[in-house]
Amino acid sequence: MSIIVTGLLLGGTYALIAVGLTLQYGVARIMNLANGENLVLASFVAFWLWTAYAVNPILAILVIAPGAFVLNWLIYAYALRPLVDRAKNRGQLEVDSILATFGLLFIFQGVMLLGFGGGYYNYNFLNVAVPILGANYGLNRVAAFIAAAVIAAALWFFLYRTRYGTAIRAVAVDPSSARLVAIDVPRASALAFAIGGALTAASGALLSTFYTFNASMGVAFTMKALIIVIMGGVGDVRGAVLAALILGIAETAVATLVDPGLTIAATYALFILVLLFRPQGIFGRRPA
Amino acid sequence: MIGMSAREMRVAAVGAVALALLALLPLVDQGYYLSLALNIVMYVVLCTAWTLFSGPTHYISLATAAFFGVGTYAVALGVDILPLPLLVLIAAVAGGLLAAVVGVATLRLSGVYFVIFTLGLAELVRQVVTWLQTNFGSGLGLYVLTDYREMHIYWMLLALAAVVYATGFLVNRSRLGFAMRIIGNDETVARHVGIDTARSKVILFVISGAFIGVVGAILAPRFSYIQPPSAFDPMISFQVVIMSLLGGTRRLWGPLLGVIPFTILFDQITAYFPNHTSLVIGIAFMAIVYLLPHGVLGLWEDLSRLRKRIRFVVVDEKEAR
Repeated sequence: MSIIVTGLLLGGTYALIAVGLTLQYGVARIMNLANGENLVLASFVAFWLWTAYAVNPILAILVIAPGAFVLNWLIYAYALRPLVDRAKNRGQLEVDSILATFGLLFIFQGVMLLGFGGGYYNYNFLNVAVPILGANYGLNRVAAFIAAAVIAAALWFFLYRTRYGTAIRAVAVDPSSARLVAIDVPRASALAFAIGGALTAASGALLSTFYTFNASMGVAFTMKALIIVIMGGVGDVRGAVLAALILGIAETAVATLVDPGLTIAATYALFILVLLFRPQGIFGRRPA
Repeated sequence: MIGMSAREMRVAAVGAVALALLALLPLVDQGYYLSLALNIVMYVVLCTAWTLFSGPTHYISLATAAFFGVGTYAVALGVDILPLPLLVLIAAVAGGLLAAVVGVATLRLSGVYFVIFTLGLAELVRQVVTWLQTNFGSGLGLYVLTDYREMHIYWMLLALAAVVYATGFLVNRSRLGFAMRIIGNDETVARHVGIDTARSKVILFVISGAFIGVVGAILAPRFSYIQPPSAFDPMISFQVVIMSLLGGTRRLWGPLLGVIPFTILFDQITAYFPNHTSLVIGIAFMAIVYLLPHGVLGLWEDLSRLRKRIRFVVVDEKEAR
């Protein structure tokens, strides 16, 4: 039981990262491999705000998320937009964007290594036990889960109940048809990319309250997020949330029952199963 | 070799002479320059093996570290029992098998899945090896103590380089190579003319993985003490991608143009600015995407094509007058 609750609490944060990535890949068509670095950067900012100015990390999201929004908008407009324009087909854009975001990954990582060094960081925030169903859990994890749920609900409202959100979903389905109904596709793509970055940064700030982080661990998170996105179906927000919860539980189960060193192996086992049996994602339909 | 054109014979002869001259290096220097040359030859083999698969298919494989580490481990586990040549063979089989498994799972799908899968593969294998060793083995490290010195490793790598180039040449003129060129140009067309695209890709990936496994096996005596984090170092995968793309993957010898400058540059940077390696790798990726999308080789080919066209224009104008 405690495995399921811990897994769900972890999965909540994973869900935000994965939803961020699925927006970037599903709408802006950029496989952003630097997403994990974006997250770690946000963790460091939250750490710095907490230790230097005692700013509550959950409130700090109000600063971190807009900051990440602007940063990702600039990255999309100046680094990735030219690649979209020059690509002759989807395949070439894929290769170009993978290489370019690898470049971003290492540049971000290099800057953070210079700024913070290679050491591990963590801090004490809301480190109190909360009893749930007979077992104790850290209040920071519970708070992070609730904050993630609130952000996810806000995102759902934006995507399904506003004009801009509908435009973004239309671009995800078919960019060329979206143009026919007077949607500014480049603008919607930039917006989706920036929102995706902001979501990931928000989850980075939440994660930093209960997780020990260092400058070079972004890749691990990118990979988990990618696996979640593929499991859930590219561009599918509901699928990403469900897949994130499954991954959170599977990882916690393997870490407690078998060995904490085998979490990647657990994610990979799930990944292979999905690739072999449902490569279109949990809710995805088989392409015609 | 039957049916080689005069030009191909000449290239082969020049290659053989160059190889023979390079093999003399340990007689001149046994210190820094041999070490550097060894690194260069190692990356030449790795990048050429990588290009063998990724050049025609445009799939970006980050599995190099996994194959390399598997090869290293094959030697580390068996060095006290079996002779090295047999272990090298086992490493080739192990690398090939791993490539086959990965290929069957991912190569039927789009390129993104493949990149992601290979990105984590080295980490996955590392975790499994660590777990096996701590639970069923005797501690984490393994010793590889042999009589092989750097110059022997260097010679073995040179020989391997010759084999890789020969294999690449043979693949290029085989049915498989022809099929790969069609797949690289347009996969839909390839499928329509009856090529089993998934099968061809898997076969080529297996060849590539087997060679990388052999490199890992040959390098094992150099490390002498082997641990999972050093054997499965993900940096190898990224460096191989950068060097190959920097050189250009349109031809088999393209990576050579990237490997030599980048190995020397990276050697200097790890020596003098060890904290800046990530930044350099990041900038190298950016340079490839924005400045050299087809590598140094592609740039050179484009320029010479342009020059030829200009010359024709000039000739045409003269004739018109």
